[in-house]
Amino acid sequence: MLILIVGCGRVGSSVARAMLREGNEVSCLDEDPESHARLEVGLEKSWEDLGGQFTVGAGLETEALEAAGIERADAFIASTDGDNTNIIIAQIAQKRYEVPTVIARVLDPLRAEWYQRQGLHTVCPTSVAIDMLEDAVRKGAGSSNDGAAEAV
Amino acid sequence: MYIIVVGAGKVGWNLARELLEKDHEVTLIENNRRRYLTVEQELEHNVSYGDASELWVLERAGIQRADMVIAVTGDDEDNMLICQVAKQKYEVGQIIARVNNPRNRQHFDLLGVKPSVSATDLILRLLEHEVPEYGLVHLLDLQEEQLEIIEMLLGSDSAVTGRRVGDLQMPEGSLLISVLRAGKGFVPTADTVLEEGDEVLAVLDPGKEDELKDLFGPESNGSSSA
Repeated sequence: MLILIVGCGRVGSSVARAMLREGNEVSCLDEDPESHARLEVGLEKSWEDLGGQFTVGAGLETEALEAAGIERADAFIASTDGDNTNIIIAQIAQKRYEVPTVIARVLDPLRAEWYQRQGLHTVCPTSVAIDMLEDAVRKGAGSSNDGAAEAV
Repeated sequence: MYIIVVGAGKVGWNLARELLEKDHEVTLIENNRRRYLTVEQELEHNVSYGDASELWVLERAGIQRADMVIAVTGDDEDNMLICQVAKQKYEVGQIIARVNNPRNRQHFDLLGVKPSVSATDLILRLLEHEVPEYGLVHLLDLQEEQLEIIEMLLGSDSAVTGRRVGDLQMPEGSLLISVLRAGKGFVPTADTVLEEGDEVLAVLDPGKEDELKDLFGPESNGSSSA
């Protein structure tokens, strides 16, 4: 399975390493050549030696997407630092290149929710963080109040 | 009309001013605080501070009752997203998007963000029109209708000068509609003989430009025109 990851920051690079470790073919696309170094954090060999691919370019450039292998990709992950960029390039992957699995990281819960309803698979780390924080506060309050909060 | 303009750069600011002068109701949205404060000194309550790709910012600006949304930021992804949301979520009747990089126009089309305007493309068109050596000039593109009208100047080396219109092998899907000669235009008949300096207008299916260029352009294969 070929997984194309556009945007190779902390999130993108971690997902890329995990997917490669699980035996997938992984191709990364990032505007910043320096992102290559982030990919190799904690690896004993170079990214390429382990079978990974890295292309420098922007997610809106069709040449870069095609060089990174989008035409035969089975999954596409948009994880740049821009919500709008992720939403747009994910739709390009979906509509133009008909990649079977397309996922966009969207930090803004409102945009994530609306595009999700339009048929785009979005993952919203902000919503996850909000839920976790709320839970943590409730649990913290619960333990100091000796379980009183749980009854509410 | 109530018009929301996004992006208070040179384009957005001037556009908002012109629209206000034409008595439209306008809200200009800008997400750079300093730029907002500058523009606000002139346009006052017609400017709103915020990131228009955030849905609540659009709603605060009253997008539900907007007749038109014009996205002219310097970022193509932002313009695409704002127009897509305006059209599909808020059902705004008319949208216009600015294309910064002409190579991104295909993405605007793919996502149904139309019409889109690219200053670079407009200047290129003008350049083609002003510089006759360029050969073929687009006069009109009817994108939806899949038709275009082009103009070609016949140079001294054109393969068709001195030939009857009826003898031309016009490519399928194209039609010669007019000839401009010495400042006057007329509809050619089969017996019209083309001359050097004629400007010919043709209507054609998109993608036929090269075939027409080959037909009307300079003779290439060295065959004598004598």
